[in-house]
Amino acid sequence: MEVLKIATAGSVDDGKSTLIGRLLYDTKSLTTDKLQAIEKTSKQKGYDYLDFSLATDGLVAEREQGITIDVAHIYFSTQKKSYIIADTPGHVEYTRNMVTGASTSQAAIILIDARKGVIEQTNRHFFINNLLRIKEVVVAINKMDLVDFSEERYNEIKADFQELMGKRDYEDQRITFIPVSALKGDNVVHASEHTAWYKGATLLEHLEGLDLEAVSNMGTPRFPVQYVIRPKTDDFHDFRGFAGKVYGGELSVGDTVVALPSQTKSKIKDIYFYDKKYKKASRRSSVTITLEDEINVSRGDMLVKVGDVPTIGKQFTATVSWMDSQKLTAGNKYIVQHGVNKVLAKVSSIDHKIAPDYSGIDTETVSLGMNDIAQVSFRLNKPIFYDTFKNHRTNGSFILIDTQTNSTVGAGFITTP
Amino acid sequence: MEISNIELELSPEPELALLNDTSQINTLENEAIYIFREVAAQFEKPVLLFSGGKDSITLVRLAQKAFWPAKIPFPLMHIDTGHNFPETIAFRDKLVAELGLELIVRNVQDSIDQGKVKEESGRYSSRNSLQTTTLLDAIEEFKFDACIGGARRDEEKARAKERIFSVRDDFGQWDERNQRPELFDMLNGQIELGQNVRVFPISNWTELDVWSYIKEEEMEIPSIYFAHKRKIFLRDGLIWSHSDYVYQEKDEEVLEEMVRFRTVGDMSCTAAVYSEATDIDAVVQEIRDSTISERGARIDDKRSEAAMEKRKQQGYF
Ligand SMILES: Nc1nc2c(ncn2[C@@H]2O[C@H](COP(=O)(O)OP(=O)(O)OP(=O)(O)O)[C@@H](O)[C@H]2O)c(=O)[nH]1
Ligand SMILES: [Mg+2]
Repeated sequence: MEVLKIATAGSVDDGKSTLIGRLLYDTKSLTTDKLQAIEKTSKQKGYDYLDFSLATDGLVAEREQGITIDVAHIYFSTQKKSYIIADTPGHVEYTRNMVTGASTSQAAIILIDARKGVIEQTNRHFFINNLLRIKEVVVAINKMDLVDFSEERYNEIKADFQELMGKRDYEDQRITFIPVSALKGDNVVHASEHTAWYKGATLLEHLEGLDLEAVSNMGTPRFPVQYVIRPKTDDFHDFRGFAGKVYGGELSVGDTVVALPSQTKSKIKDIYFYDKKYKKASRRSSVTITLEDEINVSRGDMLVKVGDVPTIGKQFTATVSWMDSQKLTAGNKYIVQHGVNKVLAKVSSIDHKIAPDYSGIDTETVSLGMNDIAQVSFRLNKPIFYDTFKNHRTNGSFILIDTQTNSTVGAGFITTP
Repeated sequence: MEISNIELELSPEPELALLNDTSQINTLENEAIYIFREVAAQFEKPVLLFSGGKDSITLVRLAQKAFWPAKIPFPLMHIDTGHNFPETIAFRDKLVAELGLELIVRNVQDSIDQGKVKEESGRYSSRNSLQTTTLLDAIEEFKFDACIGGARRDEEKARAKERIFSVRDDFGQWDERNQRPELFDMLNGQIELGQNVRVFPISNWTELDVWSYIKEEEMEIPSIYFAHKRKIFLRDGLIWSHSDYVYQEKDEEVLEEMVRFRTVGDMSCTAAVYSEATDIDAVVQEIRDSTISERGARIDDKRSEAAMEKRKQQGYF
C-alpha cells in the first residue's frame, strides 16, 4: 500500500484539527473507545455537536484552550493508501511548525476560513509550500456552512488565491481548490448536498487519486555514510561495511563511486540489506555497502557516482527559516547539520529578508527573529558536499543547531554556492 | 555466504507507488534502521528498553538488521515490575540467550524496598507508574545517554506529539511544549551532560504495521498474544487476569475464557480481549477488523484523559 505524508497549514481556528478529525470519523478510522471519549468531552463542554479537534489535540493545555500547541501526527488508512497527516498549530511558532511539517510531506492542505478569505497568513502558507517545493497543494476553503455554501464567495476566494500563484517560483506545483465544511462534513469524505455547483472531487477522493510517483521529487544518488560496520568476528574478519541511506536515484553493484571528501575512487563490491545481498539499492533504502578497495571512509563522508559529484565547498548561500526566539545575526556561530554531517558555521551576512506578507524583500536587515525567512550566507570550518535544494531535496537542506542550548534553531535550503 | 536471490532489487522508496502491503512495511523498516544507526553514531551509551512486548521485540529485530553482521552495539534493559506475565519473562530470557545480547534487569521491588516509591493498594493498584523511578535511577546508574523505546504515535494522543529524538532534562522529564523541531530526516542528538534522549524508531508505525511485520518476518512472540484459555474476571467492561498480582473483589467471579492480549504490560494494567485468534494470520485479521484501539485495553490509560501525558512528563517510557 502507498504511504502519503500530508502537512496542513492554516491560521488559528481555520479548522485544521477539525478537518483531520472529520477525515478520521468519516473514514471510520476512529475506534469506538476514542469516539466515546470525544462524545463525552464534547458533551461536558456543552457543545451541540461533536468536536472532532479533540481527536488530534492530545495535550491537556490544548483541550483546555481549544487550540493546537504542538504538531501531532495522525495515521489512518483506506483500501488504497496509508496516510500520515501532520496537524500543525496555527499559533505563534507557525512558520517553524509549517516548515517542519512540510519538510517530511509530499502534499499539503492549506485551509482558508471562507468568512475571512485570503489573508496575510495565506501568503505565508503558500510561500512556504512553494519554498519547500511541495508538488501537490490542496486549498480547502473551509466553514462553507457559515457563508451559506455560496458559490460566489468560493469563486472570490479562489480568484484572490490565484493572484498569489503568479508570484510563485515553483512552476510544477499543482493546486486544487475544494469547498468544505470540516465541522459538518461537506466535501471532506462525502460529497455535499449543499454545493451542487461544485463538480470536483471531495478532499479524500482527491487524495486517493494522487499518483505518488508524480508527487515526489527526484535527484541523483547521494550516499552519506552514517556508520561504519566492522564486526571483527572470525566469520567477518575483514568486513568493512558503510551503512547509510540512498538519497535519490539508485546505486548498483559494480558502480564506480567517488568517496568525498577524499575524492578517492572505488567500485561497489556488495550491497547488503540485513544478511542478503542485492544488485541494486533504490532511493530511501537503508543498506550497507562494501567497496572493492580499502579506502578510508568514515561517518559524514559521502559516496556518489563518478561524474556526478556535488559541489564541495566551505561557503554557500541559503534561504533560512529561523525558528528560535534568540536572534540570528551576522557573525554568529552555529553547528550546521547537513544530513548526518556536522560542521561549524559562521554567518557571513544576511543578504535580505523576505517581507512577512511576501510582497517583496527587505535589504536593511540586521537580524532574524522567530518566523523570519531570509537569504543568509555562511562560511564553514570544513567543506561539505551539497547540491542546491532545487536539484536535491535532501542534499540541499540542513538544520542549524545552537552551540549553547543544542536546540534546533533554524532550517536552511541551499540556493547558490 | 553466497545468496541465491541476487536478482532481487530492494523495495521501492516510500514516495513511489508501492504495490502491496509489504512495501509499506519496508518503507517504515528502512526509516527505523536509519534511526538505529543514528543512535549508535551519535551517542556514547545507548540502551534499548525491552519489555518483552511485541513492540520491543520488533525493535530488536530492526536493530539486528541495522548492524548486521556486527552484533547490536548496545545492551537491552528491562524494568521488571515483578508482576509480569511469566510467559513474557521466559520469552525475554530465551531471546537474549539466542542472540547473545547483554540484558540488564532492574526491579521495581528494589525501589519499593529502598523506600523510593510506595506500593499502591486497593481496587486499581498497579506497579505500572512506579516503573518511572526505577527507570530514571537505572539511567543515572549506567549513565545512559539514549534510551530506545517502542512507543508509537498512533497509540495514544499524547504520544502523537512525540519526536523521534525526544530530549529529557536531568530529571528525566518531558517538556512537551518545548520540543525540538525535526526536519526532513535529520536527527539532532546534541545534549548536555545529564540529559538523555528517548528514541522512538517505530514512531510512524501503526499497530497493524507491527503485526504485519511480525507475520512477514516470522518472528516469535510470547504466547499470551495468541488466544488461549485463561482465568479472568470482569470489571468496568474490561477483562482482567485472575492472578495473585491483581486485586480482585470477592464478588468478582472467576471465569475461564478464550482470550488474548493486544498489548503486554504489567499484569495489573493490561486487560485481555476475547479472541479465537490462535495464529499470526488470525491475529492480523483481527486487528484489521477491530473497532477498539489497542490502548482501549490499557487500564493505566483509563485513569484519566491525560494519564499518559502526566506519566510522560514524569519520565515514563
Ligand atoms: N461552522 C464551522 N465551524 C468550524 C468548521 N471547521 C472548524 N470549525 C470551528 O472552528 C474552531 C477552530 O477549529 P480547530 O479545528 O480547532 O482549528 P485549528 O485550525 O486546528 O486551530 P489551531 O490548531 O489552534 O491553529 C472550532 O470551534 C471548530 O468547531 C466548519 O467547517 N464550520
Ligand atoms: Mg488545531
